Amino acid sequence: MSEIQNTTNHADLAEVFNNDEARVDWHDETLWWIRSKRDVAVNKISNWEVLRETASQIKHNVLSNLNNYLQQFEGNAIANGIIVHWAADATEHNQIVLSILRKHSIGQMVKSKSMLTEECHLNDFLEVNGINVIDSDLGERIVQLAKEMPSHIVLPCIHKKKEEIGELFHQHLGTPAGNADPQFLTETARQHLRDTFLTRRAALTGVNFAIAETGEFVVCTNEGNADMGAHLADVHIASMGIEKIIPERKHLGVFLRLLTRSATGQPITTYSSHFKRPNKGKEMHIIIVDNGRSIQLGREDFRNSLKCIRCGACMNTCPVYRRSGGHSYHNAISGPIGSILAPNLDMEKYADLPFASTLCGSCTNVCPVKIDIHQQLYKWRQVIVKNGYVPAAKTASMKIMDWTLSSPTAYHTAGKAGRLVLKYAPFMVNNKLNPWYKHRDMPEPPKESFGEWYKKNRK
Amino acid sequence: MTSREKILSAVKTNQPELATLPDVDFLLQEDIDVPEKFIASLTTIGGQVIMVEDHDAIKAFIAENFKHPSRKITTVSELVDVAEYIEDNSANPHSLENVDYAIIQADLAIAENGAIWVSEDKIRTRVLPFITQHLAVIVRREDIVPTMHQAYNKIGSNDYGFATFIAGPSKTADIEQSLVLGAHGARSMTVFLIN
Repeated sequence: MSEIQNTTNHADLAEVFNNDEARVDWHDETLWWIRSKRDVAVNKISNWEVLRETASQIKHNVLSNLNNYLQQFEGNAIANGIIVHWAADATEHNQIVLSILRKHSIGQMVKSKSMLTEECHLNDFLEVNGINVIDSDLGERIVQLAKEMPSHIVLPCIHKKKEEIGELFHQHLGTPAGNADPQFLTETARQHLRDTFLTRRAALTGVNFAIAETGEFVVCTNEGNADMGAHLADVHIASMGIEKIIPERKHLGVFLRLLTRSATGQPITTYSSHFKRPNKGKEMHIIIVDNGRSIQLGREDFRNSLKCIRCGACMNTCPVYRRSGGHSYHNAISGPIGSILAPNLDMEKYADLPFASTLCGSCTNVCPVKIDIHQQLYKWRQVIVKNGYVPAAKTASMKIMDWTLSSPTAYHTAGKAGRLVLKYAPFMVNNKLNPWYKHRDMPEPPKESFGEWYKKNRK
Repeated sequence: MTSREKILSAVKTNQPELATLPDVDFLLQEDIDVPEKFIASLTTIGGQVIMVEDHDAIKAFIAENFKHPSRKITTVSELVDVAEYIEDNSANPHSLENVDYAIIQADLAIAENGAIWVSEDKIRTRVLPFITQHLAVIVRREDIVPTMHQAYNKIGSNDYGFATFIAGPSKTADIEQSLVLGAHGARSMTVFLIN
């Protein structure tokens, strides 16, 4: 228990982020602006709610028949000439990537966005093993240069000011000091990465959807970086979680309509590429990764989290995420969805995350596949408390609360004492020792309790 | 036990009772004004639409607007006299690194989002529509469908090694949400809409 107090937790990390109030406001407003763009796009689709419900049901069917779909996908992918690997956990995934690269004597790889490889800490592993990895999504390249994790699954460097990015480019790519023009910086990255695309023999991409019926997989980007990497390399490795399966090609119609409208308010990503067979003379690999997902599948209250299509809408709308920043979640996937996925991987390490929420339910309302996110956050809290992973301060105050509420005498005495303190000595509670007071004043105390009023007036 | 067996067995044990797969064909009913909506959608996402009568009009536009010195590539046989023609998939993808304009023919286009669909046989070399500095796509009016549902209905079970939807120029807003066109793919997208 004491360990939880000492390690990083959401509240402490959020406090660091909150030191710069102007930046918090800017972060908050930027994400809300994206949420608003989502609303505009969504309102143009007359049957949006039908689409959400349909997507949720398709995913429900996927989860209920995943064993068969995975085998069907594997069989079709192999028939298409794709090499299929299975990884039980992050370590095995990373080893497979390394062994493919070693087999071809490849020491450099270009990578497009894959939150799964972030989850597996692939870059660190490959670096230790002498493989140079360059992230090619602009936002990911920026956080890679800054030696940080992405703070958002769709907008990896949403926490960074353009001046900071200008400085990073100045240091690493030799742009003039003080130039923070987004157009100029993007053009610089284009030139720098074009050379990378043309010289890498291996490219790794994520997978947005894998189709059981055909054995093909779909990768969505706006920048075109996944395609530039994959089509110019000799070896294409695609990493996917087991939950990326959808049954048939026609179901893509539902998911591709939902994905980007929910994410950024665009009607579709610039590129939605369908990879079915390797080009002649080239190799295409798929690594199917479990890493705890099959356990989550068995948790009835939490299995719906596996429906997630990684749009990030729950983050953009979350009042806590917007004001605490993605890094405060100390997990590859931040925000509300990260907070229900992470405790499955390590309940003790991520015990704080389900508490990093107001349970307002906005995440659930915007989720394109109707995951009951805020209810799962609430349920995780109960599981975490039952398993004894709750922070010590919270345990102590809960114990006092429990004793007070179960004894009528203690309850009445405590109520009276509380009202007296708030009336005559508010500084006793309105101080830094009381975490509730941090951003709020304690309420005005009532003159008397309902019990006292009833005693006086019932005659 | 291999990881494959371990994963499949854990999934089988933990997956819930079989839930029915919902019907999605009812979504094909959507009815919108197709060409007008396509033009509006593509324009909104940074593309431009040029209305043309035939291939001669396209050639005239290319001569007028896709200026020299530039390397132009086409996979459309009718345009063989205005651009380098690629007729099969034998080109080395790296040999296309200096292409300025690529002119291709779309299989279909979608009104609701301005996307065009091309499969490998229409682009010959997979990297072509991405590596080119500027992309031009020929779309026939009758090939525009209302939504993604009709698009997949038309694609059906067609076989391809690779196929993609392309909606506008490549873009990014990763730096403070400022939209910049021309991230890693084409800097512009022009659609020649043939009546």
